[in-house]
This record gives sequence, structure tokens and C-alpha cells, in this order.
Amino acid sequence: MSQPDLIVKDLQVSVDGKPILKGLSLEVRKGEVHAIMGPNGSGKSTLANALMGHPKYTVDSGQMLLAGEDIGELEADERSRKGLFLAFQYPTAIPGVSVANFLRTSLNARRKEQGEGPIPVKEFRTLMRSHMATLKMDDSFAGRYLNEGFSGGEKKRAEILQMSVLKPQIAVLDETDSGLDIDALRVVSDGVNALRGPDLGIVLITHYQRLLNYIKPDFVHVLVAGRLVRSGGPELALELEEKGYDWLIEPEAANTQA
Amino acid sequence: MAEAVDISRETYTEKYGFHDTEQHVFKIRKGLDHSIVDEISRMKGEPEWMRDTRHKALDIFLAKPMPTWGGDVGAINFQDIYYYVKPTDEEAKTWEDVPADMKRTFDRLGIPEAEQKFLSGVGAQYDSEVVYHKIKEDLEKKGVLFLSADHGLKEHEHLFKEYFGKLIPSADNKFAALNTAVWSGGSFIYVPKGVKVDVPLQAYFRINTKDMGQFERTLIIVDEGAYVHYVEGCTAPTYSSDSLHSAVVEIYVKEGGRCRYTTIQNWSNNVYNLVTKRAAAYKNATMEWVDGNLGSKLTMKYPSVYLMEEGAKAEVLSIAFAGKGQHLDAGAKAVHLAPNTTSSVVSKSISQHGGRAGYRGLIKVAKGAVGCKSTVRCDALILDEESRSDTYPYMEIEEDDVSVGHEATVSKIGEEQLFYLMSRGLSEPEASAMIVSGFIEPIVKELPMEYAVEMNRLIQLQMEGSVG
Ligand SMILES: Nc1ncnc2c1ncn2[C@@H]1O[C@H](COP(=O)(O)OP(=O)(O)OP(=O)(O)O)[C@@H](O)[C@H]1O
Ligand SMILES: [Mg+2]
Repeated sequence: MSQPDLIVKDLQVSVDGKPILKGLSLEVRKGEVHAIMGPNGSGKSTLANALMGHPKYTVDSGQMLLAGEDIGELEADERSRKGLFLAFQYPTAIPGVSVANFLRTSLNARRKEQGEGPIPVKEFRTLMRSHMATLKMDDSFAGRYLNEGFSGGEKKRAEILQMSVLKPQIAVLDETDSGLDIDALRVVSDGVNALRGPDLGIVLITHYQRLLNYIKPDFVHVLVAGRLVRSGGPELALELEEKGYDWLIEPEAANTQA
Repeated sequence: MAEAVDISRETYTEKYGFHDTEQHVFKIRKGLDHSIVDEISRMKGEPEWMRDTRHKALDIFLAKPMPTWGGDVGAINFQDIYYYVKPTDEEAKTWEDVPADMKRTFDRLGIPEAEQKFLSGVGAQYDSEVVYHKIKEDLEKKGVLFLSADHGLKEHEHLFKEYFGKLIPSADNKFAALNTAVWSGGSFIYVPKGVKVDVPLQAYFRINTKDMGQFERTLIIVDEGAYVHYVEGCTAPTYSSDSLHSAVVEIYVKEGGRCRYTTIQNWSNNVYNLVTKRAAAYKNATMEWVDGNLGSKLTMKYPSVYLMEEGAKAEVLSIAFAGKGQHLDAGAKAVHLAPNTTSSVVSKSISQHGGRAGYRGLIKVAKGAVGCKSTVRCDALILDEESRSDTYPYMEIEEDDVSVGHEATVSKIGEEQLFYLMSRGLSEPEASAMIVSGFIEPIVKELPMEYAVEMNRLIQLQMEGSVG
């Protein structure tokens, strides 16, 4: 089998000096969908942010390789241009910057990296509109200021819209299902499924089995207290739904909690 | 840091900060005294009243102390400046008649191209005089006057005299006095009753000579029910010694008229820019200042509107962007002298690399001006720890029955915003520039598309090399 496209090796990450990830390993190949589940505060978003290169998250040890290249020292923008994408749990508002302008600028940054010129305005508009249609977003959305005053659902759609336009190799979706009503969940899942294929590897962070009914994972991992404590197939998610996380918490950890 | 700033200086120098070899037809000796004023006036062949006005203004200038508020003007050496540099013998009506070097300069600045594409008329000033001036024929036929101020005085002396110095008398402030003493160039505009000039008129002010002062004078009269949008742009070469730009702009908007005055200032960082701008708005008239301030060493500029009669409206949109070694003290002033007048001020200031940008404003409501409404909103964005922003919102309200609101915010570029944009592939400078352009968007969206693009490009330029 080919070399995994994303390799996380024994990753230890701390925030403000507090260790959060305590040796996490993960391998993702393009074409695969890995779901990561775990209790609140277990470090899921920390993994996502550390992968993307958020300056607040300090990598204390371990490695992150994208297409064989160590990305640990790269800035977020370089990681992005190399094909990594993070759909944020809490996307930030950028007042005064329209969705369309932002999308075009980031797409052009990607194209520049690949030695291509900026996308012609018309071509861009067609591309953006077609992705917006898939996500059932109104055209007027393109003119709105990025994430400003967006509802929870609109924010998540906007994240997937960006992912659709940027076409990453590896995408980490951090609770893209939270805040979505049933219809929106379906639409967003359709959007993700439309991108699914041999050119994209997905890390899907979620609390709910429900999302996994729409986006079927190949693997499910359970993150507890900074470590992956269990990995398995889709059936693991069903088991979690039924039993919760307690049974997976290491005995000594469970004891100290008790 | 120092290295980073050099990059943006280099870019400025390449794009705007270049200079032509001097090829003026006349350059007065350095310094300022009555004989210099006399000589300027004689060269221009002015009527006596104007010469007298100049001499009186010089006395006022010499008598007035330097302002001690705003920015530091202490380093200006008034005797080390050329007050009059005449570039050509004649104002040209076609670009072909403009000397090749000067034409090339304006070509590089994109002026003839803009004239072709989206303007009703253009005036191009080079050092002390306007070298090219042209207005579209159909407007001329409707009686619209758009001339250099010098030609305005020559050809329409009566009208010119009626309005000149009435809103901003020499005694108003030291720099208004200086301008009145040595003024040269600038625009004279008259829009007749009911005439709407839909496409903007533009003037471009270019300094070329080292150690010079540019003192253009602009007079705009918008008659009843008329409309005009006037745009000014300006740049200068990057020199190691300072230049001085001190303009006076007086505007009259008659009943039901509307005037929009847009400035896209882009001085090199060695220019002292000390400008007095004032408008009087009469019954139901509207005056709008859109003031984009980039560049300069020090800018002190507070466009003001005197709301003279009932129903008059003032709107000021102001942007100030200060980088290393720059102090931009910008703002606005609205003086409500009549009932039911309204004013609205939106100011956005940005500072980086130790620059200092601020808002200084005055809202005044006179006794009896009941039912007035005024809102002021100033937002400051500070890009790094070394930079500074100040807000000085003064209010003098002498009437109870008014509604006056003031809101101010100061923010820093958030780590989360930067990370978000960078996670989509934008470099840190690109991400910062995008946040800044978003910050000024509420003002930029008021500009005609071409100027909005220009404004964003200038912001980009100013931000370039700003990080790492
Ligand atoms: N930027 C930050 N500043 C301070 N503490 C942080 C930061 N990010 C994460 N932490 C801390 O790290 C721990 C793990 O947080 P993280 O956000 O990774 O959890 P999570 O698994 O994504 O939880 P949730 O399911 O609630 O989204 C928490 O204790 C959290 O408070
Ligand atoms: Mg989380």
C-alpha cells in the first residue's frame, strides 16, 4: 500500500504550558475518512489546530508529515498551500471582507503556489456559484462579510464552501455538524460527500453518530485525555453511541476520576 | 523591522517616489518675505487686491505662533523652502502640449488614462502651477466652470473675489495665512443651478522639486440644486529633506445642492501636509468629504462643514493610515448653525510600525440650532505594539433639543483572525492587508469603483513588507 498522505507520529502538544495531546499517532490516506470522537476537552480541536499550525499550540514532540514532508515548522499559510485544510469549529468573523473576495484571494494564493496565474473573474464566479448551489446557499451570500453575523449553520456551510473551492488533499472538519438542523446537516454532508474521492483524505471530528450516517467513515478513533484509546471501523461509533466513553477510559484514569 | 520598512519605501519610490530632472521655467530663490510674495504676484500678473491680500496674509503668518497641538511642526524651516516653482509657460489643453518629462510622470501615475475612462475633466498640477487642464465640452456648454484657480481669477475675477477667503480668512490659522500669501495653482469650479455633473472631475497634485512647498488653492461653488463630485489625488518624490504641502479649500453648496469631495492622498513620507478645508452648506444642501489619507510625514487635516441653514447635511468619511515615522492627525468638524441640520462622521484610523494615527474632531451646535442630529463613529486599528492611536472628540453643544452620539472603538488585529486567513493560504502580510481593507471597507465602498480599487492597492502597498 502507498505511503499515508498524512502521518501524525507520537504528537505531544501543549497550550499555555499545559500538555493536552500526550502522544497521538494517526495515519490518513487520500480516499479515506477517519472519524475522531471523544469527550469535551479531550483534545480534538487541539489536534486540528496543531495540524494547521496555530501559533498558540506548541508541539513539544512528535512529527506531522504531509505527503511525506515534515510540516511541523511551516506557517499555517504554507501548510494550507500544500493542501491541508481545517474547517473550524468556531470560524472567525472578518468584518468588511466579502465571502467572494476572500475565496478568490485564497484560491489565487493556492494557484500561485502551483505556478498558475490568478483565476479569471468570470471563471471564478461560475466555480463559486456551482459550489454554492451544491450547498444550497443563496447567491447573495457571496457578498456578505465573512462569518459576520452568520448563523451557526451558515458558518459551517461557508467552511465547506471554502473547502470545495480550495480542493485540499487532507481536510480536517472540526464539528462541522454542530449547530446544524437536520436539513442543513444533510446539505453539508452532501457537500462533503461530493468532494469525497481518491484525491481527498478526511479527518472528521464529531460527537455524534448521526453525522456518520451521512458521511460514512472508514475508521473511527476515540480520543480521551489526549490519547487515541481505541480505533476501529464504523461499528465503533455505534458502540460509543450506546455506551458512552466511560468504558474506554483507562482504569487508573477512571479511578482518579471516581 | 527597519528592513521591512525599506521594502515599502522602495515600492513607493518606484511607483510614485521617482522624480524628473528639474526643468522649470522659473524657480524663485529659497525663503519667504514680502519681496518673494511680490514676485509671485508679479509673475502671475494679478489684480492689486490679490497682491494686497497676499501681503496682509504674510504679516498674519509671521505674527501667528506655531500651533502647539496636533503634530510636531517645529522642525519646518520656512526659510529653507522654494515657495514658487513654475513648471511651464502655459497651461496645456492637450497632453501633447505638456513637456515630455511631465507628461511621462502623469502617464506613470495613470492620469491621462483615467481621464479617458471615467472622468469629466482633469487638472494636473506640477509643483506650483497647473500644466494641463481640460473639461468635457458638454459640461462647458452647460456653463460648468472647471479651471485652475489662477485662470479662475483671471477669467472670472468677479465671482472669484466674491468667494475667495470668505470661508477661510487668512487669520483663521497660521497655515491658511501662509497659503493665502503664496498660493498658486489649485482648482476653481462653478456648477450652475440645477446642473448635475454625474462623472467626477479630478485634480492631481504632483510635487517634483526638492525642498519645495506646494500651496494650491481651491474654490468650489455649487449652485442651487446642482451636484458635483470632485476628486483629488497627490504624490511626491521621496527625498531625504522635507517638503511642505499646505492647501486651502473653500466650498459653497447652495440650497438643495450637493458636493462630494474625495481625497486620495498618497504623499511620500517626507511631506508635511497641513491643509485647511472648509465647506458651507446652505438650505437642504449636502456636503460630503471622503478623505483618504496615506503617506506624509505629518498630516493635520480636519475637513469641516458649516451647516448654515435649515436642513443642511454634512457627511465626513475619513481614513488615516500611519506607518513608520508618520503622524496622521486627521478628523472632521461639523458646526451646526441652523435648526434641523445633520452631520455624520465615520473615521477609521490604522497605525503600524510605530506610526501614529488619530481622530480629532469637533461637533458644535450653536444656540437655537434645535433639532440637530449628529453621529460620530471612530474606529482605530493598531497593527502592532509600537504603534499608537489617539481620539480627541470635542463637543460644544449649546442647545438642549439635539441628538448627538459618539462611538469609538480601538482594536488590534486578532491572532484568531490572522490564523483563520492564513489557514486559507494567505501569507501574514496578505492576511493583515485583508483585515485592514475589511476595516476600511465601509468607507471604501462609498468610492467609485476605480478609486476603491486604487485605495485598496495603496493600502496593500503600505502593508507590503510590513511583516517578516
Ligand atoms: N486556545 C486555547 N487556550 C487555552 N486553552 C485551550 C486552548 N485550546 C484548548 N485549550 C484547552 O485544551 C483542552 C482541550 O481542548 P480542545 O478544544 O482541544 O477540546 P475538544 O476535544 O475539541 O473539546 P470539544 O468537544 O468541547 O470541542 C481543554 O482543556 C481546553 O481548555
Ligand atoms: Mg473542539
